[in-house]
Amino acid sequence: MLRLAPALAIGVLLAPVACGVLATLLPAFGYLPALGGHQVTGDHFATLFSYPGIGRSAFLSLTTGLVTTAIALAIVVAFVSGWYGTSIFARVQHLISPLLSVPHAAAAFGLALLIAPTGFFFRLISPALTGSSRPPDLFILNDPMGLAMMAGLVAKEIPFLLLVTLAALPQTNARRSGQIAQAAGYGRISGFIFVTWPLVYRQIRLAVFAVIAYATSVVDVAVILGPLTPPPLSVRLTQWMSDPEIAMRFIASAGALLQLLVTVAAILIWMGLEKLAAYVVARQRNAGHRFHREGIARSMGLGVVLGVCAVIFAGLMLLALWSVSGFWAFPDILPRSITLTNWGRVMPSLTSPLATTLSTGAVATLIAVGLALGCLEREARTGRTGGSRALLFVYLPLIVPQVSFVFGLQLFFLAVGLDATWGALVLVHLVFVLPYVFLSLSDPWRAWDPRYASVAFGLGANPNRTFWKVRLPMLLKPALVASAVGFAVSVGQYLPTLLIGGGRWPTITTEAVALASGGNRRIIGVYAFVQMVLPFIGFALATLIPAFLFRNRNDMKATS
Amino acid sequence: MTGLKLEDVVIALKGRELLRLTAQIAPGEILSVMGQSGSGKSSLLAYVGGFLDANFQASGKILLNGEELNNQPAHQRHTGILFQDPLLFPHMSVGENLLFAIPATITGASRRQLAEDSLGQAGLEGFFDRDPATLSGGQKARVALMRVLVSQPRALLLDEPFSKLDAGRRDQIRRFVFEEAKRQDLPILLVTHDRADAEAAGGKIVDLDQ
Repeated sequence: MLRLAPALAIGVLLAPVACGVLATLLPAFGYLPALGGHQVTGDHFATLFSYPGIGRSAFLSLTTGLVTTAIALAIVVAFVSGWYGTSIFARVQHLISPLLSVPHAAAAFGLALLIAPTGFFFRLISPALTGSSRPPDLFILNDPMGLAMMAGLVAKEIPFLLLVTLAALPQTNARRSGQIAQAAGYGRISGFIFVTWPLVYRQIRLAVFAVIAYATSVVDVAVILGPLTPPPLSVRLTQWMSDPEIAMRFIASAGALLQLLVTVAAILIWMGLEKLAAYVVARQRNAGHRFHREGIARSMGLGVVLGVCAVIFAGLMLLALWSVSGFWAFPDILPRSITLTNWGRVMPSLTSPLATTLSTGAVATLIAVGLALGCLEREARTGRTGGSRALLFVYLPLIVPQVSFVFGLQLFFLAVGLDATWGALVLVHLVFVLPYVFLSLSDPWRAWDPRYASVAFGLGANPNRTFWKVRLPMLLKPALVASAVGFAVSVGQYLPTLLIGGGRWPTITTEAVALASGGNRRIIGVYAFVQMVLPFIGFALATLIPAFLFRNRNDMKATS
Repeated sequence: MTGLKLEDVVIALKGRELLRLTAQIAPGEILSVMGQSGSGKSSLLAYVGGFLDANFQASGKILLNGEELNNQPAHQRHTGILFQDPLLFPHMSVGENLLFAIPATITGASRRQLAEDSLGQAGLEGFFDRDPATLSGGQKARVALMRVLVSQPRALLLDEPFSKLDAGRRDQIRRFVFEEAKRQDLPILLVTHDRADAEAAGGKIVDLDQ
């Protein structure tokens, strides 16, 4: 059984992506017998490109991906290089970890409530600074250049990139080489970029690609914060994919292929930028430039990271506040009354999506954790790691844009009669949950002292008993944290739920995003608050359960 | 033929031979293998115990009481091991650590009795429910030894088990380990970089550095 775990895991990661891309490719070129497409043709691309603004949509997706990734990475580098090893750094690290679990849609809604013309920010300064008690006539949300959308994406990418960087740092001797560089007269930042960063970047490169792929093809954040005329490519595709008109499916497929090309182009451009950056850094380093005047860059790195934390937390507070607000006119800073009527009104329609969210998340997470544990235990017993190839499999579903294969997967499920079933929904969630569970679990699992297993074997315990009685209990906390990560990922899934669920399995996330255009802030507040609270409960349990079980075991606290 | 016998054991890493050893250890006898770090002495224990890392290449027969161990999985060899660190399982109480080691053939109330008795033997009466984290280094080392002994091993492998103890405790623990192991008539293979350990063991000494 254990022997099958790696093959099963690779199947879960690879098969849906492969089937999905194939089932996108064929209809894009006109071949989809089930819908009457029998001959290969390029017509659908011609139709696709005849849509007004399609080029602009694609360009918007491309630039969003590159710009947000570059900004987020620059901030992370400035912060980590400037503050690694300080006590402020440790405190910010604790602050930022929970942000990773906040679903994108909830963070985007929170940001919208903060920066909209009628949002909290303008309430604070009106009428004192604006001189008017009416909301300013500004195009802040859904601006045509996508600045609000980019801000939302950057805010969510920073915690992710920061955490993968932190995971990579211990393998680089960062502190000591930093001291050597500083002793040679380099600044903190320049020393870090010259000496440590190349080693870190090599390890986090796939994660960076995943961020680019995500940002070039994101749907939920773009629906909430992004431009409307025209929207980014992925948003238009999602509209076409849900279109009852069957002919639209061919065009949607052609568009999904275009999306894939946009993402590939963005990653290729990024690889060019990598080369350029490496060249520039090497030149500066070899020239011996010390860059010890770095105070501004250091402060900015810290300031922006703290600002991002503050913005996301403030946004989440606003969601909570709106969900219980009564009358709340502009420019009042706080609502005139607090009421539970919003919750009471929404509750009846909220229970069924909530049940779907919980059951899908729980089952997908359970399967993912089982598979990840199976792979890691198999690795421990055989002594063979999958190496960098295995890591590529893990990242595959995160680097191929969702829009480009989930729609094909829907057509595939349709062909085999599994469309819009709960099982298909769990399966598609599993595709995205498994990579994050595996990435979260593998480091602590591999860091476990293997001598404990040697001791157990020497005492006569077989590998299964050693796993269940020694290794798993000792690693219970990382296993539960990985489960919480997986559950959070499942809760946040928008596009796969929408397409594979076929409208029959609405979740908190799909309902919340669907409310975006309606603009009822109280209802949005309720849904987005629930969406944000579910992952939080998961992480709270992952901390509390081991703390309770091992309350009389001091060394179990030290290790976690 | 009783005891532990190593027949032309060779351990290599990436094609480079680390050590070559032929030896026989009778029950109740101690063989001390001395060497610097990197000499392959820990790999020797791992090879005998059946958990050698796949990066190493090893050959040579291991016989325990006449039975060939080479193709047996680690948990069926019953070669108890002590490392530098006591490695008590931190999620179990002291007593549960012992219960984990006691063979399943011993059942019922006698399991707990055996655990309590062995704690008493180590001068640790009443420690059954204690959290291992609250024990001193010397106490942990003694629990680790009792844990190995109650598992009814057929040989004992010692991987510098005294090197992290402070000088005052060291001699006392060392004597305790050797006495208890000899009392059970176990063949003992000790690897260490410390000549004092090897000499205190009182058996044959093989120096890998010479």
